[in-house]
Amino acid sequence: MPSPDDCRYSDSHEWFRIDGDVVTLGITPHAAAELTDVTYVEMRPVGTAVQAGDAVAEVESVKTTSDVFSAVGGEIIEINDTASEDPAILNRDPQGDGWLVRIRTSDMTPLETLMDAAGYDERYTN
Amino acid sequence: MPTTTSLRTTPFHDFHASHGAKLVDYTGWEMPLHFGSIIDEHVQTRSSGGMFDVSHMGRIRFKGRDACRMMDRACSRRIHGMAPGQVRYGLICNERGGCRDDVLIYCIDQSEYLMVCNAANREKLLTHFEQIRGDLVYKMKDETESTAMVAIQGPRVMELISQFSSEIPTLKRYRFVSKSILIAKVLVSRTGYTGEDGVEAILPKAIAGKMVGMMLGNVDDANTPVKPCGLGARDSLRLEAGMCLYGHEITEDIDPLTACLDFAVKLDKGEGDCPAERFIGQDALQAIAHAGGPPRMLTGLILEGRRAARQGHRVLHQGVEVGTVTSGCLSPTLDQSIAMAITDQETREPGTTVEVDLGRTTVTATVCALPFYKAP
Repeated sequence: MPSPDDCRYSDSHEWFRIDGDVVTLGITPHAAAELTDVTYVEMRPVGTAVQAGDAVAEVESVKTTSDVFSAVGGEIIEINDTASEDPAILNRDPQGDGWLVRIRTSDMTPLETLMDAAGYDERYTN
Repeated sequence: MPTTTSLRTTPFHDFHASHGAKLVDYTGWEMPLHFGSIIDEHVQTRSSGGMFDVSHMGRIRFKGRDACRMMDRACSRRIHGMAPGQVRYGLICNERGGCRDDVLIYCIDQSEYLMVCNAANREKLLTHFEQIRGDLVYKMKDETESTAMVAIQGPRVMELISQFSSEIPTLKRYRFVSKSILIAKVLVSRTGYTGEDGVEAILPKAIAGKMVGMMLGNVDDANTPVKPCGLGARDSLRLEAGMCLYGHEITEDIDPLTACLDFAVKLDKGEGDCPAERFIGQDALQAIAHAGGPPRMLTGLILEGRRAARQGHRVLHQGVEVGTVTSGCLSPTLDQSIAMAITDQETREPGTTVEVDLGRTTVTATVCALPFYKAP
């Protein structure tokens, strides 16, 4: 299935969706499939100031533990408590209800260097 | 992602590919990690039945006048005196007592044995067996790629098999029979690596596809008792069952006494009136035993919280390092974070509180006896 084209995509398999000055991010379906069953998710708390490139969450699966990085800097304004309570939602709906954190940012420019959906799919899902 | 063409495939490869398997490179074999969800397959095996392709495991036949002596020389268990139809678990040790591999040995008769070893160690063992052959007379044949092997495990497996055979469900644990199925010879043993009842079957490559059909029926039927499972579930199942995995609980540097496999080590082989030949590594293991046993041994840990410990994580007691995690996962059956670790004797008493350094955070854990899970 092609990746949604309203997001930007990183080589470390995060997706980023822009809504005004807020960026929502999570892991791509490709990443979720590679991780296998997600068993634990931990996000940095609301209010945390992050810089572009910082880890904002950790995702643990049956097989491994991975960091999730934000391409943008700013402040974490919301985290997905549903994902903490039901980590398997990252497998069921990684790019929807399985989002991880929302960051308010004043600088969207780092997203411009990321891939669009077609570029990501070309590189990782074909 | 680029595909590698040099991976070995099993006779079930087409079946895996057409049933949604996530295929991965496992020690040079393209094997199914899962068919959708590792946890679902784990639960399926515990509650009903799972079928695992384990054709990547090595199958080596030894036949001839000195086959038994050879087996005794190589293996930590006593092989002399095994009855035809018996299976024994044992270790192939190095001179230091470390483990070259863990194996199952099937006694066909007093001059013929079949050994099942780990895929990663097959080439190493074949070389080793040639090196220790000396003047023993036997033929060794690697049958791995001419045969297939499946493990069918779970509480409903015997009920299913009883539809095809009245004899197999009467087999005792660690016994096998040779059956003619579909005009081919199939070796079926009541063995496994999941903690559940079930069988493992070794069959000619050519009938592998038919065997799957017989066991699985219509896989797409939700009520079918046995479903295909991948190596991911096999790992979490064996961990709950407290079973060792080569490369984790046993290695060239971890001896079987440290891994609590003393039941599989015949320390006095060849002594007194035991007619069996001594095994390689026996001297070293005797020395460890006579010195009061290994300083560290395998134990179970139950961690607080839902994070899993991984191989290599440090185990601490009151801030002092006392051991190392060998395997860990969030147990699907217990819904707790479980781990096996090799720790100091002082901290092995069940109930002892220790800490596990998960890298970024340290969590409290309670020492417990193995296994974590026993089939009801």
